[in-house]
Amino acid sequence: MKLIIAIIQPHKLDEVMDELEKAEIHLKTVSNVLGCGRQKGVTEVYRGVKEAGNLIKKVKLEIAVNDKFVETTIKAISKAAKTGQTGDGKIFVLDLEECYRIRTGEKGSEAIG
Amino acid sequence: MKKILMILTILTGLFATGWLLAEEPAATPAVCGVAAEPAPAAINTGDTAWILMSTALVMMMTAPGLAMFYGGLVRRKNVLSTMMQSFFLLGLISVQWILWGYSLSFGPDIGHFIGSLKWFALSGVGSAPNPDYAGTIPHNLFMIYQMMFAVITPALITGAFAERIKFSTFAVFSLLWATLVYDPVCHWVWGTGGWLKTMGALDFAGGTVVHISSGISALVFALMIGKRKNYPARPVAPHNMVFTLLGAALLWFGWFGFNAGSALGANELAVTAFIATNTAAATAALVWLFLDWLVIGKPTALGGASGAVAGLVAVTPAAGFVTPMGALGIGILVALVCYLFVSVLKHKFGYDDSLDAFGVHGVGGTVGALATGLFATKMVNAAGNNGLFYGNASLLWTQAIGVIATMAYAAAVTFVLLKILDKVMGLRVKEEEELIGLDITQHKETAYTLVD
Repeated sequence: MKLIIAIIQPHKLDEVMDELEKAEIHLKTVSNVLGCGRQKGVTEVYRGVKEAGNLIKKVKLEIAVNDKFVETTIKAISKAAKTGQTGDGKIFVLDLEECYRIRTGEKGSEAIG
Repeated sequence: MKKILMILTILTGLFATGWLLAEEPAATPAVCGVAAEPAPAAINTGDTAWILMSTALVMMMTAPGLAMFYGGLVRRKNVLSTMMQSFFLLGLISVQWILWGYSLSFGPDIGHFIGSLKWFALSGVGSAPNPDYAGTIPHNLFMIYQMMFAVITPALITGAFAERIKFSTFAVFSLLWATLVYDPVCHWVWGTGGWLKTMGALDFAGGTVVHISSGISALVFALMIGKRKNYPARPVAPHNMVFTLLGAALLWFGWFGFNAGSALGANELAVTAFIATNTAAATAALVWLFLDWLVIGKPTALGGASGAVAGLVAVTPAAGFVTPMGALGIGILVALVCYLFVSVLKHKFGYDDSLDAFGVHGVGGTVGALATGLFATKMVNAAGNNGLFYGNASLLWTQAIGVIATMAYAAAVTFVLLKILDKVMGLRVKEEEELIGLDITQHKETAYTLVD
């Protein structure tokens, strides 16, 4: 089991969700996050005062998958989230030790999906 | 027609006492050609209805108007404390006004400087009209209409010390400031016998009384309380621009009560003031947006809101004395000057007038008072005067005296008050409390929860 964490551009979320649905990846958690990388920060101006280097709004997806779905998931996200510009985001893949479904008490591969 | 003439008669008397007719005992309405008999005190229901409405409109300017305008500009951790200051003043100054504020401001004159305490707790202030102030509405309606002006004035100052003031000190300061600065200055300009009124200074709806007095006090406060921690190294982004825009729009709306209501009747003068008010606000908003576009490349929402408020401030003393074109000129002028102060000069000088109480109200009020000396014309209001552009240079001088006297007096009293309060109570919260935020440390509340 793997945990896939993807940081993407907020305006790409809809396309990523559609692509994941097509690939039959149903289990996902989405949150609003702030961050920066090579894209650096954004500049906002209030009453003439420039505020450089503000963290940029991003969307974070957390997806737990069985090993055989890892490639499909990464492909789906990459395909939908890519614009070719700086700031498109990152995908991290982590080993997932255990997974429980609270309702039934199932665990492991059974519990995902 | 007779009614209109009568209203004009009284208004003429109201605004002309002192400069047009200083030597004559009664406000003789030569302009209207009505008999010299003083009009009997008769309540006009139309006037009364409009001033009741205007009173409620001006109340709304303090909270939610100003509370939201300022509340949106601070950080999440200070939004309640900022809104609370305006809300609290609705309570505090309402009571102060009933007890002694109205009497000190409008009561029988003492030495052209202040009203006496003869009207303490509104004794003698009943429903019979007081022709010295407004002959067609109940005297106590004039009293409560004026109360709302007294409420918003100290609330304007709160923009200067936002995010670091100790609430208890703010409360004591506001009560003392209202009593020692607002009430006397209000008497000078509007009270029967007040020295600026007698001298002929024009202040239709409170440019000097409300905006200059609070604006200059805000500057003194900002200088004496010091900058916010980490300012200006870490600029503070407004936490909710929607609040700020909504607040600015509510201020604009309420300002019709403030300015058009200052005609003290439902009449032609109210309409004149209404149009001037809207014109100046609209023009200043446009000019400020255009300046933003020019200087930083984008028109900002905050720029539009700031411009509108600056326009409203500047047209306040002029609203009942200028043509729509005059209001347009005032709007352009104030946007240019306030933009310079708020976006450039403040940062050059380095003081932390956090929400630009001085930059918008002090500077805008001054521009407005002086511009009244340029754009005022008797064609609009015979009870007013001609300004420089209509061939009378002396009015500009009179206006300047009003500005300088108000600034000097308000700044001096504020300075002394703050020196004393700093010793006795302390002005600022502790550094740690400032970092945590005033909502929790001053009020034990937070504005927003993150988890239900």
